Amino acid sequence: MSQKNDISTAEVAKMARLARLDVPAERQELFARQFGDILSYMDILAQVDTAGVEPLYSPVLHASNPRPDAAENRRERAEVLGNAPEQDGQYFIVPRIV
Amino acid sequence: MNALHTETLASLRRRLASREVSAEESVRACLDRMAATEPRIHAMLTVDEAGALEAARALDREGPDPSRPLWGVPVTVKDALVTRGIPTTAGSRILEGHVPFYDATAVQRLREAGAIILGKNNMDEFAMGSGTENSAYGPTRNPWDTERIPGGSSGGSAASVAACQCFASLGSDTGGSIRQPASMCGCVGLKPTYGRVSRYGLIAYGSSLDQVGPLTRTVEDCAMVLQAIAGHDSRDDTSDPRPADDYMAALTARTDLRGLRIGMPREFFGKGLSPEVETACLRAVDACRTLGAEIVPVSLPHTDAAIATYYIIAMAEASSNLARFDGVRYGRRASGCEKLEDLYIRSRSEGFGEEVQRRILLGTYVLSSGYYDAYYRKAAQVRRIIREEYLAALEQCDVLCAPASPVTAWKLGEHSQSPLQTYLMDIYTLALNLAGLPGLSLPVGRGAESGMPVGMQFFGRAFAEADLLSVGAVLEQALPPVGLAAL
Repeated sequence: MSQKNDISTAEVAKMARLARLDVPAERQELFARQFGDILSYMDILAQVDTAGVEPLYSPVLHASNPRPDAAENRRERAEVLGNAPEQDGQYFIVPRIV
Repeated sequence: MNALHTETLASLRRRLASREVSAEESVRACLDRMAATEPRIHAMLTVDEAGALEAARALDREGPDPSRPLWGVPVTVKDALVTRGIPTTAGSRILEGHVPFYDATAVQRLREAGAIILGKNNMDEFAMGSGTENSAYGPTRNPWDTERIPGGSSGGSAASVAACQCFASLGSDTGGSIRQPASMCGCVGLKPTYGRVSRYGLIAYGSSLDQVGPLTRTVEDCAMVLQAIAGHDSRDDTSDPRPADDYMAALTARTDLRGLRIGMPREFFGKGLSPEVETACLRAVDACRTLGAEIVPVSLPHTDAAIATYYIIAMAEASSNLARFDGVRYGRRASGCEKLEDLYIRSRSEGFGEEVQRRILLGTYVLSSGYYDAYYRKAAQVRRIIREEYLAALEQCDVLCAPASPVTAWKLGEHSQSPLQTYLMDIYTLALNLAGLPGLSLPVGRGAESGMPVGMQFFGRAFAEADLLSVGAVLEQALPPVGLAAL
């Protein structure tokens, strides 16, 4: 567990870049302060002995039940495109990429 | 005879079946009640008046159908569940105007059972909050005292049920989001075992924690709704294949609590619990004892670690789940972006509120290179310890009991300055989601100081919803009724 819980605004800015968020400078300072408090609180986990404990990522108790890999047409194109901010009846439209 | 809207779901169902009232009359009673109460509580984000009336008239033309157990019953649905043809926003600007083309499985099953969807409930944005103050569309207020929060994140659902705008509501519970608002509004709320109710069509927050469940005015009503929505769904791989139990039969399985061992975790009845909540819960525990239950002291020593564990896992999963909101396929798109990267960044920054951004960034942090093992993997290890601790405690007894919240509903804005302080309020609910076990929150009285409702939870073994409902039904009969909010 990290001992250093002072989060800098540069670290907040880095997380924002990774998460594709634009966080203004003023809010970066607020978040840095709050994240420092929250992550310091998280350090309580360092006191828990987890040697040899397998991580539990899901509480599911049953085995996955695979189905045949058969193509299925459950959705109409018009439905799927219906909520798109921009589309041409065939495709989603985005700004030029290349 | 009570006003129609104040009846229980079970009572309405009998009157609908005998054609004493029509489906349209029941819908109109709810719509009238919404018109009278919405300006004060704002429990709804969308009211589908035309759709609900049309569905009611269609049912009335066909006549009551005994094979459809919720025939003609008007219900509301948390805005985290997608509804065909009815706007669904998850309380976020990023989904403003979004109209899904399919129903969540739980919603589809309600419709198949004959229920009528009145509209969608307000909620904390993407279910991130404990007071419904984080909705992008303004807060919901508690029908018992409109200066106070209704709890959250399913606060719109709880307020709508408590204000008798509907006969039941569907909520979702990631860390207490059904049980805590149910307790704060004097309702019954059930978080099923992870995998009992399909998550298909539930807008994901923490996928390994989320469950859909009912909020109602009585335990019997809760059993009826659970019966309709529980069971396997091939569209959700985490949905459990075993058939649902007979929850209606569970309601009459017991006449008292003789032979029942109730575990009382000492960590849940100590430091941090407000005196008024403690008094009401201990009175309920005494009532259980009088009904014949044996009260067994148990310990859940890692309770203190559960909050950190939960928030690390929930934020990590949220940062991943919310990556899908990119302004391309659905949802808000920022205007005037010339580069795709800018489109992602600006659409997300304009669309997500502050708490959502906070959790995405913290989730990104705990998953990032150099911190993953220290935070996310560590939390997943502690999660296993916590689950094993719950399972061990449930070996010593049949059910566990716990307050639903350390305090009754607080005043709007009271905790808005410190996110951490709000996170700490979830101490009694969130470990259950880490363990994936079921929990029922039941109104047990009102706080001596605040006058606000107090809820107590019962936790059970995996898939023991029927046991929880049978215990709840007995205790509900024995306790003085909490009554209805005088709104």
